[in-house]
Parts: sequence; structure tokens; C-alpha cells
Amino acid sequence: MTVVFGQRRRRGIDSLPPTVAAFILVPFLLEAAVVFAPAIQGVLLSFTEWRGIGAPNPVGLQNFRELAADPVFATAFKNTARWLIVFGGLSGLLGLSLALFLKVERRGVAVYRSLIFLPVIFSLVVTALVWRVLYAPEGLFNNTLQAVGLGSWRQIWLAQPRTVLYALVVASLWRSAGYIMVLFLAGLKSIDPALTEAARVDGANRWQLFRHITMPQLRGVNSVVLSVIVIDALRSFDIVYALTKGGPYNSSELLSTYMFKTAFTTGRLGYASAIAVVVFLLAVSFIVLYLIRALREDAR
Amino acid sequence: MSSPEALAAGEAIRRRSRRARKARTVGFHMTASFIALLWVAPLILVIVLSFRSFDDILGNGLIAIPRSFTFHGYADAWGRGGGRRGMLNSFIITLPALALALGLSSLAAFGLSRFKVPFRRTILLVMLGGNLLPPQILLIPLARNAEALGIFDTYWAVIILHAGFGLGFYVFVLYGFMLAIPSEIQQAAIIDGATPFQIYRRIILPLSRPALAAMGALGFTGIFNDLLWSITVLRSEGKMPVTAALLGLQGTYVSNWGLVSAGTITAAIPTLIVFLLFQKSFVGGLTLGAVK
Repeated sequence: MTVVFGQRRRRGIDSLPPTVAAFILVPFLLEAAVVFAPAIQGVLLSFTEWRGIGAPNPVGLQNFRELAADPVFATAFKNTARWLIVFGGLSGLLGLSLALFLKVERRGVAVYRSLIFLPVIFSLVVTALVWRVLYAPEGLFNNTLQAVGLGSWRQIWLAQPRTVLYALVVASLWRSAGYIMVLFLAGLKSIDPALTEAARVDGANRWQLFRHITMPQLRGVNSVVLSVIVIDALRSFDIVYALTKGGPYNSSELLSTYMFKTAFTTGRLGYASAIAVVVFLLAVSFIVLYLIRALREDAR
Repeated sequence: MSSPEALAAGEAIRRRSRRARKARTVGFHMTASFIALLWVAPLILVIVLSFRSFDDILGNGLIAIPRSFTFHGYADAWGRGGGRRGMLNSFIITLPALALALGLSSLAAFGLSRFKVPFRRTILLVMLGGNLLPPQILLIPLARNAEALGIFDTYWAVIILHAGFGLGFYVFVLYGFMLAIPSEIQQAAIIDGATPFQIYRRIILPLSRPALAAMGALGFTGIFNDLLWSITVLRSEGKMPVTAALLGLQGTYVSNWGLVSAGTITAAIPTLIVFLLFQKSFVGGLTLGAVK
């Protein structure tokens, strides 16, 4: 893609005919209608008390003050942070390790890559149901533990506050590792082999090669992976909703699930919007980072 | 020229290094197949489960060597489990949404990449940025707006949402692709009196087929797999896509593992087919957007 941008023409080819302006305007207006306008509405709603009937009642910062004292929100916030760090860290690490392991083109390697990538194409609901079988009281994990003599380690994985969040993280990892692997594989492929060769001739060992050649060359990919992971982590909803709905006792509650419940179960739309604003602010700070990078690439 | 001893020694070294390489290859394949197996084992388990009878699972447990083979799970998931309805709904939603998203985004990308557009970069980045927003902030206003417009709980609401929410990313990727198409072809067409739409339809669109295939494969999976948008603007069970239907199945038939597994496998098949057909484009599309 660098090549593509390298060849770009500075000036457009023609002045802008009205039909072409419409080509751009119509999609833009559609996105404005389903993304930009609702985003603004959402922020405005967060300053109101509204139950869906009649006009929203403006309450200023009341919702945010209430959030600060809301223990469930605190749990959801902590869990989201934990999710970001554990899920994000592990999927980055796992994706990179898999990519390094499977980077050399050789017989059979495409099959391995495809099999690891396979779960990426499944919906999170499918993923959730697959993992429900593994986590079931008489499921694969407990049976395996029993079989290898660790019967006392058996858990009701999804029903215990202590294990539930990590059980969900593992299920998500299963699905996302292949995606991150593919991103890293593309990054590794773009490294000039001459660079690695030169370092090897100079007597660099594997670790030095990785540390001083591969990692610096992957910098661009790393920042993309980081944004993908953060945005994905903040969006995580389906798998939690499908497996535990945030329970037991809110122990696997994420900001996304708490927001959804507050809005569509409890019906406190203003308060739910305030939760969404918090997610929004977290995401925006990362989106800005992502766009700065995209802008830099584009200007090259 | 060299002595027989030297030749023999060289041969021995070569043989040893060949053997070492062979050992490494075997080691690689063993590790790699183990990891790959780890990844597909859960799926295999669910596939096996989906063909076992209710009594077999009840009697012998979830994880057991199958003692039965039946399509009952599939028949039930498809029939009384609502799989057929859900699958149909998923297609009713996915296909128009995808067509709309690809059509609109390729038009916009065409305009932005082939003409002098003021604020081009700003438009691109704003559209892409919108695509990265967390859906949570949009849910309540979207449900409210859909109600105000009278399209709440209609297929149209979901279709428009999907099409609009994906646009930014599609435009960004297609724009990058179309920039690389040489301008000479277009200029020749302009001299021949072609309208912008003709240039788009006859020249740019056919040349952008690889990027469109990638976005199509990616978009299909994304829309087909969605749960959140659907449960936000749909209410009637009869209109829910297969993801939501599956969730309902899980609730209604908690202990009927065979049925739930069969439903799960069924719901995974369409995206699996798209993946197998467009594997190259699919992976290409993912990295096209990200690794530049």
C-alpha cells in the first residue's frame, strides 16, 4: 500500500462535476445520519434524565455525579480496564508469537495459518456457544482436569466471580488471535530481507535480530494492532452478553454491557448515555492516535 | 580434484546438516499441528456434539465418544428452533446492506480519488473516524430516531445502519486502491465524451474488482455476524437475524446441547463459505485497511 500512496497524484484530474459531488455527498450524509448525528445526540442525552417518554429532562452533570458513586459502574469500569490490558496484551503477544512462528513460507504453513484464522470469521455468538460447551460443568475443561488427576481444580467457570472474566477473555482470544496474527504476518512480510540478512552476516543472534531489526520495522503495524485491539476491546459486548450477561453479580460486567442493560432493561436512557459517553471518550482518545498515524501515512 | 577423504568428510557434513534440517522441519510441523489442533478442537467438539442424540448426551455426558448419529439436532434447530427464519432474516439484512455499502462507498471513493475535491483528506478522515466510534454512544439515539421515522423494527432500519456504519472504512480502503489506477484511461474516456458515471461504471469499477471483493467478503462477515445493531432497532422475534435467534435458542433449550450445537454450526456455515471462496481477498482486505 505504501507503493500506492507513493504514486499518488498531487492534483486531481478534473474539476468537480456536480454529479461527482453528489457521489461523495450522498454517502457522507448517510454516515452523518447514522453515525455523526446520533453521536452528538448521545452526548446531549447524557446531560438529561429520560425514560423514553416525553421530552428529556435536562439535569446537567447529575448523571456523571451519580456514575462516580455507582458501584456497578466502578466494577464495569475496572473490568473494562482489565479486559483491555489482559485481552489486549495477550492477543498482541499471541498474535505476534504465532506470526513469528508461522512467518516462513513452507509446505503446510498456509493450512496452519488458516486453521488458526478460522474462528475470526465466526460471530461472537457462535464463539460464545462453542465455549459454553468447553466451560460447562461437565465440559471439556473439567473433564480434562479430572482425567489428568486435577479434579480438585474443576470450576463452574462461568458462574464464579473469580474466574468468569478471564474465562470470557480466553474465549475472545481464541477468536481474535488469528486476526492479530494476520496483521503481524503482513507486517513481517514487508520487512526487507536484505536488512535481516545484513544483520545475520554481522553475527546477530536470533534475539538481537528480533529486538533490533524486526521490532523497529514492525512499528507501523504495532500501532495499528494497538488501535485495533483497543477499539475491539471497548466494543466487546456480544460474547459477554451471550455467555453471562455481565453476571454473576456484575462480576463480568463491562461498560458496554452495563450501558446496554441500563438503556434497554432498566430504561434509564439519560444515565445509559452518560456511560456511553465515558466509553466514547476512552475510544476517542485512541481514535485520535489512529488518525494521526493515518494522516502521517497519507501525507507521505 | 580433492582427495577421497575430503570428499567423504564433506558428504558427512552435508548429510548431518540435512538430518538437522529434517529434524527441525519435523519439530516445526509437530508444534504447528499441535497449535492448529488446539484451535480447531473446540469446533470439532461442537460438530460431534451436534450429531449426537439427546439421550446419548444425557446418558454419556458432553465429552464422550459418540454412540449415536442423528440429524435431529439440525432439524430441530432449523425448524422449531427458528433457525430457518433467522438465517433468512440474516440474508434479507446482509445482502442489501452490503450492496448499499459497497455501491455508495465505491462512488465516494471514485469521486475522492479521481477528481479535485476540496477538503479531500478531511472528508476521508472524518468518515473513517466515524467508523471507529464505539457503537454504544449511538444505540439510544438510533433506536429513538428509528422510532421517530417509523422504521423501528423494520429490516430497513438495520440495513441502513449497517450500510452507514461501514462506509468510512470502505471508502478509505477503496480510495487507496483507486488512486493507483492510472489517469490516462480516464482522460481518454473524458475526451470520448464519457460522463463521470460512465467512467465509474465502465472503467474504475471493473478495475477495482479485487478491492471490492475484499471489502465484500469482509463486509459480509461483519454484517452477518452482527448482534448489537439488530437487537437495538429490531423488536419482533420474527425479524431477528440468526445471531439473535441463536441467543434465544440458548435460552430456550438450555439443556439440549445437540440442538444448540447444531444451531451454532448452522449459523457459522454462511461465513465459512464466504471465507473459503474468498480466502485471499478476505485476509488481503483485513491487512489492506491496516498495514500500509
